[in-house]
Amino acid sequence: MTDEAEVATLGSQLSSGYGALQGAAYDEMWSKEAGQTLEHWRPLIRSLEAVGDKELQRRHMEAQRLLRENGVNYNVYHDADEFSQTWQLDTVPLLVPQKDWDQREQALAQRATLFNLILQDLYGERRLVKEGLIPAKLLYSNKHFLRPCYNLPQEASALTFYSCDLSRGPNGQMWVLSDRTQTPSGAGYALENRIVMTRLFPDTFREIQVHRLSLFFRTVRESLSKLTPNREDPRIVVLTPGPDSETYFEHAYLASYLGYHLVQGNDLAVKDGKVWLKSLEGLKQVDIIFRRLDDSDCDPLELSESSKLGIPGLLQAVREKQVVIANPLGSGVLESPGLLPFLPAIAKSLLGEELKIPSVATWWCGQEKELQYVLDNLPKLVIKSISERHSGVFCQALDKAQLDELRSRIKRNPHLYVGQEHLHFSTAPTLIDNVLKPRLSVMRSFLVATETGYAAMPGGLTRVARKADSFLVSDAQGGISKDTWILNDAPDKQLRVWPQIVHTGQFDNEEEEVLPSRAAENLYWVGRYIERSESTARLLRTVIANLNDTDDYGDDSDKACLHILLQALTTMTGTVPGFLGDKSTLLNQPFDELKSLILDSKRMGGLAQVLNSFVRSAFSVRDLWSNDTWRTIDDIDEEFNQSQAEPINLYSLHSRLDEAVSYIMAFIGLAGESMSHDNSWHLLDIGRRIERVLMQLKLLRFCLTETQDKVVEHLLLESLLNTQESLITHRRRYRKSQSIETALELLLLDPTNPRSLAFQVFRIEQFVNGLPRSNKKQHLDEEQRLCLLATTRVRVARASDLIAVNGSERTELKLFLDEIEQTITALAKSLHHTYFSHTQSAQQLTTIRLEIAP
Amino acid sequence: MKYRVSHTSKYIYSESVSRCHNEVRMTPLNNRNQSVEKTKTKIFPMPQKTFERIDYFGNKVIGFDIHREHKKLTVTVISEVQTLPPAKPSAEFEKMPWNQVRDMMHSSSNSLDILAKEYLLASPLVPLEDEIQTYAALSFPEGRPIFEALQDLTKRIYKDFKYEPGFTTISTPLAELMQHRKGVCQDFAHLEIACVRSMNLPAAYVSGYLETDPPPGKVKLVGSDASHAWLTVYIPGFGWQDLDPTNNQQPNERYVTVAVGRDYADVTPLKGVIYGGGAHKLEVKVDVAPMAMAHQEGA
Repeated sequence: MTDEAEVATLGSQLSSGYGALQGAAYDEMWSKEAGQTLEHWRPLIRSLEAVGDKELQRRHMEAQRLLRENGVNYNVYHDADEFSQTWQLDTVPLLVPQKDWDQREQALAQRATLFNLILQDLYGERRLVKEGLIPAKLLYSNKHFLRPCYNLPQEASALTFYSCDLSRGPNGQMWVLSDRTQTPSGAGYALENRIVMTRLFPDTFREIQVHRLSLFFRTVRESLSKLTPNREDPRIVVLTPGPDSETYFEHAYLASYLGYHLVQGNDLAVKDGKVWLKSLEGLKQVDIIFRRLDDSDCDPLELSESSKLGIPGLLQAVREKQVVIANPLGSGVLESPGLLPFLPAIAKSLLGEELKIPSVATWWCGQEKELQYVLDNLPKLVIKSISERHSGVFCQALDKAQLDELRSRIKRNPHLYVGQEHLHFSTAPTLIDNVLKPRLSVMRSFLVATETGYAAMPGGLTRVARKADSFLVSDAQGGISKDTWILNDAPDKQLRVWPQIVHTGQFDNEEEEVLPSRAAENLYWVGRYIERSESTARLLRTVIANLNDTDDYGDDSDKACLHILLQALTTMTGTVPGFLGDKSTLLNQPFDELKSLILDSKRMGGLAQVLNSFVRSAFSVRDLWSNDTWRTIDDIDEEFNQSQAEPINLYSLHSRLDEAVSYIMAFIGLAGESMSHDNSWHLLDIGRRIERVLMQLKLLRFCLTETQDKVVEHLLLESLLNTQESLITHRRRYRKSQSIETALELLLLDPTNPRSLAFQVFRIEQFVNGLPRSNKKQHLDEEQRLCLLATTRVRVARASDLIAVNGSERTELKLFLDEIEQTITALAKSLHHTYFSHTQSAQQLTTIRLEIAP
Repeated sequence: MKYRVSHTSKYIYSESVSRCHNEVRMTPLNNRNQSVEKTKTKIFPMPQKTFERIDYFGNKVIGFDIHREHKKLTVTVISEVQTLPPAKPSAEFEKMPWNQVRDMMHSSSNSLDILAKEYLLASPLVPLEDEIQTYAALSFPEGRPIFEALQDLTKRIYKDFKYEPGFTTISTPLAELMQHRKGVCQDFAHLEIACVRSMNLPAAYVSGYLETDPPPGKVKLVGSDASHAWLTVYIPGFGWQDLDPTNNQQPNERYVTVAVGRDYADVTPLKGVIYGGGAHKLEVKVDVAPMAMAHQEGA
C-alpha cells in the first residue's frame, strides 16, 4: 500500500494530474476505477523517475536527433524541396503485459490464417462467393481484385506478411481497425524506434524485461528464403517504388538490415519466364521479391498499364514458378473494409472457429438493411470506399449539405461503400512538453508466416495523436510514434538476424559483388556531384578571399586577377551569363551573384543546387551507406537547407564555404573508409575523378590559355594553386623559380600530387580496368582505349612545351586541355552506355480499332 | 459452318525496339456454339519461348517476350473453327418477363448465377450513367419478355447510331458517343452492355469475327474481313444470348467468338510493353474463309 502511494506521488512529478486529464477513453496506463496507474506500468514509471525530469527531457531531444541523423525520414510525396520530414519518437513506450500479449498473438495469428485462406479461395475456387459468404458484388467491384492473378501456382500465393491496426474501445476491448495485406509498412520503423530506445535507456532495459525484436526479423529472413524450392540460397530483393515513396526509408533500412538488394522496377527484367537483376556484373536471376510496391503497379503488361514502376511479364514469371513475390500479387483485395462484416461467418466456415478478435463494426451498403442503417445513422459513422485506401470520411465533421451530398453519392452506388462505427481509441501516456498526457493511440502489429503458422513481432509500431482528442495519428501529418514493449516474464536471449554459419570453408562471395546497374549509376553520380560541389566551393572560397583582399588594399592587378577568377567561376559552374555578361556592373558588384551561386538552391550549377543533387543521388542508394556516412550526407543536407539565421555577408559566406568543404571531405573520407573497395567504391571514385578533370580543365583553360600581364599572371597562378590545394607544395618544391611552367608541372603532370590531372587519369584508368566487362578478348574495349589515350597524352606531355606562346595564346596548352577534355567526355559517355544503359523507358502499344463494314 | 480464320496484327516502329513483352488473345475459344479444331500461332521475330494459358474469363492467351532489336512485330493466328447455330430459347424463356429475369439474378443462390453478377457492374470502359439508363429503359417496360426487350434495344441502337469509322477512338467515353451518335462496332457493343447492365441484367463483351459477303457481283478479297465485336447477355437457367447491335441481328453460325470479358480492355487482341520503338503503327488483316473456299484456294 505504501509502495503504491509512493508511486502515485512520485508519478505526480511526471504525470501530475494525469488521471484528471482523461476523457471517456480507456487509458493504457491509468485505471479510472482504482484511481491509479496499472500495476504493469509501475516499474517503468519508477525507472523514468530515477532518470529524472531534466535528463528525460535531454534524452527525448536526443531521440529526435538520432532519428533525424539516421535518416528516418518520412517523404512527403512529390514535394521535392522539402523531401523529408522527421518522424517523432515519444520516449515513453507503450507497455503490454505478457499474458495479454499471448492472447493477442493467438488472435492475430488466427486472423492472418483466415486471410490467407480467403486469399486462396478468391483467386481460386471462389467457394466463398458461390456460397454467398462474400457477396459477389463486393468482390467484383473491388479494384484490388486483380483478375490476372487468378489461379496462380499455390506455392506462390500464400500470404507471407500480415499486419493490422488495433485499438481499444472505452471498455478496454481490443478491436481491429484495419488489415494490411499488401505491403505492410512500419516494421522497420518499429525496429529503428527500438534501437534508439535501447541506446537511450540502457538502465531501464536492464530493470525491465522486454521481448527483443531481433528474433522476429530472423524469422522474416527464414520465411522469405523458404518461399522457393528452386535454390538453396535464393537471391532475394526488396522492390521499392523509389525515393519518392513515403516509406522509402524503411525499404532501404530493411534491405540493409536483412542483407537484400534494394531494387526498383527498372532494375529487374523478365526474360524467358525468369526474373533477372540487371547488375554491373551482368544479369543475375532473382528468386524472391519482397515487395513494397502496390500490386497493381507491379506488372504493366497485365496489371495497371499506366505503371512506370513495375516489371512487364512479372506475373508470367510467377506462373512459371520462377519467382515468388511476398506478399503475393492480388493480396490487396483483402484490405477492403467491405470484408469486415462477413469475417465472423467466414471464420466459422473456413476455420470452424469464432473470431478471437473482433473488427470495428462495419456495414456494407450493398445490402438493403445495412444501407438503410448507414443512411439513418450517417452523422455518427465513418464512411469508407470498399477499395480506396485512406478514403475515410468522418461524418461528424460534416454539415447538413455535405451529409446530403454524401447520402446521394452512397445511394447512387451503395455497393461501393461501407459505414463504420467511429471507434473511440484508447489513450496512452505521451510526453508532451515534458508532461505526461493521455493521447489517442493506435498500434500496428506485424506477423509473418512460418512453417508452423503465423508468428507476431513481439512489439509493434504505436502511433499517437499530437493533440488531445485528435484521431489523426497519420504519418503524413508528421505523427508521433512510440516503441511498444511486450513485458517478458523471463529475459530473451540476444539474437542476430544472421543465420548460423555452417563451416564449409566457403563464403558467399558472389552476393557481395552484385551491384544493381541503377545503384551503380547513382554511385557514379554521387561521385560526380560531390566533386562538382567541392570544386565549386573551393573556387568560390578563393574568389571571396581575393575579393576581401582587393576591397581592402587591392590595386589594378589584383582587380584584373579577381575579374578573371569571377569569369572563370561563371564558366566552370556553367551559370552564364553571370560574370561574363554585362561586365561593368556585376564584376564590380559581385556580392549578389556570389550569394546566389552559394545559397540559391534553384540556381542550376550553383553550390546549393549541386549539393541537393548530391543528396538526392545518395538518398537513392540509401541502403549502401553506413550510419556514419549517412550522417555526413545528412549534415550536408541540413547545412544547405537550414533557414538563414545569421546575416549574410562575405564573412558568413566564407565560413559556410569552409563548412561545406569540411563536410564534403568528411563524406569522402568516411565513404572511402567504410565502403568496401569493390565496384561500388570504384564507380563513386571514377565519377569523382572524371568530374575533377572536367572542372579543372575548364578552370585552367579559362585562366591560363591566354597570356596576361606578368603580375596578374603571378596572382592568378597563386589563386589557382590555392584552389587546387597545391600552393604549399609549389612553394616548397620550387622555392627559387616559381613560374607558369612549374605550376603546370604540378597541376597537370605530377603523378604524385593527388590534385593533379595526371593523378586523376591514372586512377581512372586503374579503376576502369577493374570494372567487370563482357569482352574477355585481347583487344581493348572502348573505355580502356580512352583511358589509355588520356594517360598516354599526359605521360608524353612536357611542361616546357605546354607554355609555348603563339601571339597571346598558349596554343600547345589549349590543344592539350582540349584533347584531354574530349577523351574524358567520351569516356563518361561510354561508361554510361556500357554500364548504365538500362534506363530506356517503356511504352504501351496502342491497341486496335475495330472497323468493319456493317 | 466450318471456317479457316486467319488474323494478322503487325506493328511497325519508327525506331528499333530493344525488348518487348506481349500478350495475344487471338485464338478462338471453345463454347457451346463453336469448337476449335486446329490452331497455330506465328510470331516474328521468333521469341525464345511462348507461354500459353487460359485467363480468368476463359480466353486463351499466348504470352511472349523478345529481347532482340527489331523494327516490326508480326503475330498471325490461323485457326479452323466449326460453328453451330445458336440455341433457341424454349417457350418458357421466350415469354419470361425481363423483370423476372432481373429478380432471379438478384435472389438466385445458384453458383453460376452468382458468378455472373460480375457482369452487372460497371467496368473500366463501361461506366453506368443515368443518361444511358434513361435511354435503355424505353425498351424495358415492366412485363415485356426478355428476348423481345433485348431485340428492341438492339434495333434502337442500330437505328439511332450511325456506323462511322474514324470518328471515335478507344478512349472516347460513352457519354460522348451518346451525344454524337456515331461510332463503330466496339462502341455499340459497349453502349448496349451499359444499357443492359443499367437494367440490372448481366452483359459481357465479345470479340470475334464475322464472315462477310463481297459486294454484289464482286469476288471476295482475302484479308478484307475485320475483327468484330458484339455482346452477350446472361439469362439464369438459359445461359448466354449473343446480340449484335452493329448489324441488328442475332449472331449465328457465321460468327466466330475469340474472347469474352467485361469490356474491350479484358480482350485486347495484342497487348504489349515495348522499350524504345518511337512512334508505331498497326496493320491488321483478317480473313474468314469458309473451309470449302479455303480448299479451292489451296488447289
